[in-house]
Amino acid sequence: MNSLIAYTLHLADNALILSQRNSEWCGHGPVLEQDIAITNISLDLIGQARNFYQYAESLINHSDGTAANPASEDSLAYLRTEREFKNLLLVELPNGDWAQTVLRQFFFSQYQYLLFQQLQFSKDEQIAAIAAKSIKEVSYHLRWSSEWVIRLGDGTRESHDRMEKAMNELWAYTGEMFEPAGYEKEMPVESEEIKKEWDEKVRQVLEEATLTLPPASEKGSVFMHTGGKNGIHTEYMGHLLAELQYMQRAYPGCEW
Amino acid sequence: MAVQDLEKIFQQKIEQEIKIEPKDWMPEAYRKANIRQISQHAHSEIVGMLPEGNWISRAPTLKRKQILLAKVQDEAGHGLYLYSATETLGITREETINDLHSGKAKYSSIFNYPTLTWADIGAIGWLVDGAAIVNQVMLTRTSYGPYARAMVRICKEESFHQRQGFEILLTLSKGSKEQKEMCQDAINRWWWPSLMMFGPHDKDSPHSEQSMKWKIKRKSNDELRQSFVDMIAEQVKVLGMRLPDDHLKWNEERKHYDFGEIDWKEFWNVVKGNGPCNKQRLDARRKAWEEGKWVREAAAAYAEKRKARQKAA
Repeated sequence: MNSLIAYTLHLADNALILSQRNSEWCGHGPVLEQDIAITNISLDLIGQARNFYQYAESLINHSDGTAANPASEDSLAYLRTEREFKNLLLVELPNGDWAQTVLRQFFFSQYQYLLFQQLQFSKDEQIAAIAAKSIKEVSYHLRWSSEWVIRLGDGTRESHDRMEKAMNELWAYTGEMFEPAGYEKEMPVESEEIKKEWDEKVRQVLEEATLTLPPASEKGSVFMHTGGKNGIHTEYMGHLLAELQYMQRAYPGCEW
Repeated sequence: MAVQDLEKIFQQKIEQEIKIEPKDWMPEAYRKANIRQISQHAHSEIVGMLPEGNWISRAPTLKRKQILLAKVQDEAGHGLYLYSATETLGITREETINDLHSGKAKYSSIFNYPTLTWADIGAIGWLVDGAAIVNQVMLTRTSYGPYARAMVRICKEESFHQRQGFEILLTLSKGSKEQKEMCQDAINRWWWPSLMMFGPHDKDSPHSEQSMKWKIKRKSNDELRQSFVDMIAEQVKVLGMRLPDDHLKWNEERKHYDFGEIDWKEFWNVVKGNGPCNKQRLDARRKAWEEGKWVREAAAAYAEKRKARQKAA
């Protein structure tokens, strides 16, 4: 598999898996308006995932025109195993409470925003187009999630404690965003630059939210989990896929 | 002005098809009847998210997942307009929701049936949304202004949902043997409960007469049910499936389909709380509400702090 295909799948998988997680809130949100908002984000993400999968599909079928079963967006989403998925560990973690869900969204959206800002100028026209189109959505996700981080951090004692707990749960999964996998290294993305800016923006929001700032990263003292980008996932991932892929596995080769 | 005069003006408006608006005088019983009906409708939208939500994580393709998510989200939106319409009658959303959770307020019994296969998502769209539309098209002309206007918006989206549901079943009907069986099985399970959505026979419907007089309702339960049967009996032919009723037959004299008798024992059982999912549905709603309490409190506390800071600045 060439790097461009792997990279496109990585972008698609991030969006799909986070969409799947967020969609678990649909019908169960803390208040109706927010049920609608988180579902909106889930919808935007599945839209992005489909764009990236469709592009990966064309790349794969182009590079191997003789395959008996050509790739499709659905075969890529529904028929790969957990070892083949390339998403970040962060997006596959269970939702936890509302604090954990909005904090994860904030970490991810801040990253996606900076990444897509670079990718919209990518020489690869498709990637550039999808990134440019998605930036508007991501700006909204970022605004929505950072507002929630601040609201909960600076809300009540309970909400503050829950945010601190969410920080402890999630922080160790943020480092993976900035550790380029092999297939990323060939992409014209300045990971170091993204990391620097991400750190700065995240600190601003956490500070406004009156939350404890994580130790400065340059000390390298905080352990960070990695592996998702190379298909080494958490135990949660297999269960997530078992549910997501159930129909295609139970009734192979059908039209739906 | 004397109450008798106010009542006279009110009744004249109803007769002249002038909508009743929130600030207009209205009889207390009219207000209550609207609160009861609109909030029940709002709750049905919200509880109705659960059976379909049950398949979001397992939808068979990305496109179907996207459509289903958007559909369930539309229902949340409908709930929102309807809670707002209820609020114009002087009851808060929180009070209305508490009535749902305490079991005082009802919601449509149809949502107490389980969604067991993917085909159920198609059957709900086609049959349940189909039945809802028949009822809601009538309600676009209901006498209370905010309710009528909410219905206009909702009806547009519902007809879209119904087409999507039908399309799911149409795809299954052209598919493998297993898919065809899944399709027929879902129709078998959802047909009778859909007919029950129109409520008891007119003669057994306690609120109907007054509601018709006030033009909250404009057609009787039995009339609406008949138009639904007439519509679906034709559409099912396109699917090449059958409706599970041996008495279903076109009546040339009446120009309507005749159909069999509903199992009213089952109907009342589900209304009374003994349907397959009554408990799960209410438990899920209560759980979401209770687990969201700290979030709502935090949002309120933060808004207060911000206001105080802006004042101080």
